[in-house]
Amino acid sequence: MMKKINDIVPIIKIKDLRKSFDDNHVLNGFSMALCEGENLVIMGRSGSGKSVMIKCLVGLMQPDHGDIEIMNKNINELDQDELNSLRTEIGFLFQGSALYDSMTVRENLKFPLRRRIKDSDEAEKLVYEALKSVGLTEAIDLMPSELSGGMQRRVALARAIILHPKIIIYDEPTTGLDPITAKEIIELMRNIQKIYGASSLIITHDVDCARVIANRMILLIDGINYAEGTFKEISSSKDKKIQAFFK
Amino acid sequence: MIELFQITNKIKTFFVEIGELSYFAGRFFRELFSRPFEYKELLRQCYYIGNRSLLLVGVTGFILGLVFTIQSRPTLMEFGAESWIPSMVSISMVREIGPVIIALICVGRISSGIGAELGSMRVTEQIDAMEVSGTNPFKYLVVTRILATTMMVPLLIIFGDAISLFGSAIIENIKGDVSFQLYFNKVFNALEFSDLVPAIVKSFFFGFVIGLVGSYKGFYCKKGTVGVGEASNTAVVYTSMLVFIIDFIAVFVTDIFYEI
Repeated sequence: MMKKINDIVPIIKIKDLRKSFDDNHVLNGFSMALCEGENLVIMGRSGSGKSVMIKCLVGLMQPDHGDIEIMNKNINELDQDELNSLRTEIGFLFQGSALYDSMTVRENLKFPLRRRIKDSDEAEKLVYEALKSVGLTEAIDLMPSELSGGMQRRVALARAIILHPKIIIYDEPTTGLDPITAKEIIELMRNIQKIYGASSLIITHDVDCARVIANRMILLIDGINYAEGTFKEISSSKDKKIQAFFK
Repeated sequence: MIELFQITNKIKTFFVEIGELSYFAGRFFRELFSRPFEYKELLRQCYYIGNRSLLLVGVTGFILGLVFTIQSRPTLMEFGAESWIPSMVSISMVREIGPVIIALICVGRISSGIGAELGSMRVTEQIDAMEVSGTNPFKYLVVTRILATTMMVPLLIIFGDAISLFGSAIIENIKGDVSFQLYFNKVFNALEFSDLVPAIVKSFFFGFVIGLVGSYKGFYCKKGTVGVGEASNTAVVYTSMLVFIIDFIAVFVTDIFYEI
């Protein structure tokens, strides 16, 4: 059953996030909160700092300033082991799938389990279950290079959900896919949300994706949260900068 | 003025790179002794680096021994010293030519391969994916590769030396009518402890820098696919240079201890 959105309990809190690369100020005080069971879409133009924001969120990049709390833990105060343990609660779908190309689909899915699931039968069961939820059990022994772009994205999604994370972060989940495959991926994301009840943070510039999946959305412009609300509220705004996204 | 600025910039970049490489080496030693240990990946890398380089090293060593003997034979014959060929070939092969040439072959084969592999993993976000899944990519990718090259390159050098002596023995057998037994008797009589130990010790250092520079260049690869090519290319250039520097230091130190 799909969890109801609980506005009171934010599972992720970002406050006044700032990040610059030399003179290029990418994030200028971005703040947001993701609630339990919510699908939050963050939209912005290419180079607006969406990917930088999520890299800071999972500790792949160090912000210049700001607080990031995931499940009430400030990630800047965690040591490496604590951060790794927290990361098991987060599934991450990368823009280019980021499958390990020297490993088969099975090995790719087993990789996040290596240090956590010692029983190989149990690991095998989890791999099969994750592949089944993305409809790709037949590809289990194929190499990533033998899969189409859409199939690679589905395998990456299976890898992201294999540990049944509480939060799933999608970085441009439909970029580079044809419209039909993109729709399939969006449908899969909705199904996974129903099955696992995870909170989802979706970074995209695909308006169709946002329309279908967002409970709430944030427009990231000039490094700040320029607008926030439901898809309907934002898409009906008269602001020129906002309208540019929906033309 | 602009040229001077470019030169100082290059010098600055060079020293920054040396500093970063030293820090990278320091991190390797720190992570080497911390748990968890990636045994399976280490064995896999040993297989890839060792087994897959055998043919190339074997062929190179064989031709090296063959050519060296053919080229030196006429000169030694002029002095009636052809009986010295086994000792001359073995000492020069084991001490110097074998380790350096085979290390350079390994630089082209292994260091560039590691640079390109890790570089493409970096630009396609596979290293980030590894980190997000709670695995330490430095430990899994870098420590295993540096350890594997440090262990495998000395073995490849020993293998290459042996094959080169075999190549030399064949030529001696054909041209000088020297039996294999006699040839290898002369070889083992000529070789001393002071020839073998420095060569083996320096080959560990060769293996270490081959893995270190390749991993460093690949792990911090930037600028997309162009960066992958650059990582692979600069890994070869830097490692080749370091092989010669290590060789020079090794000869210098050996000279102090053994008085060549």
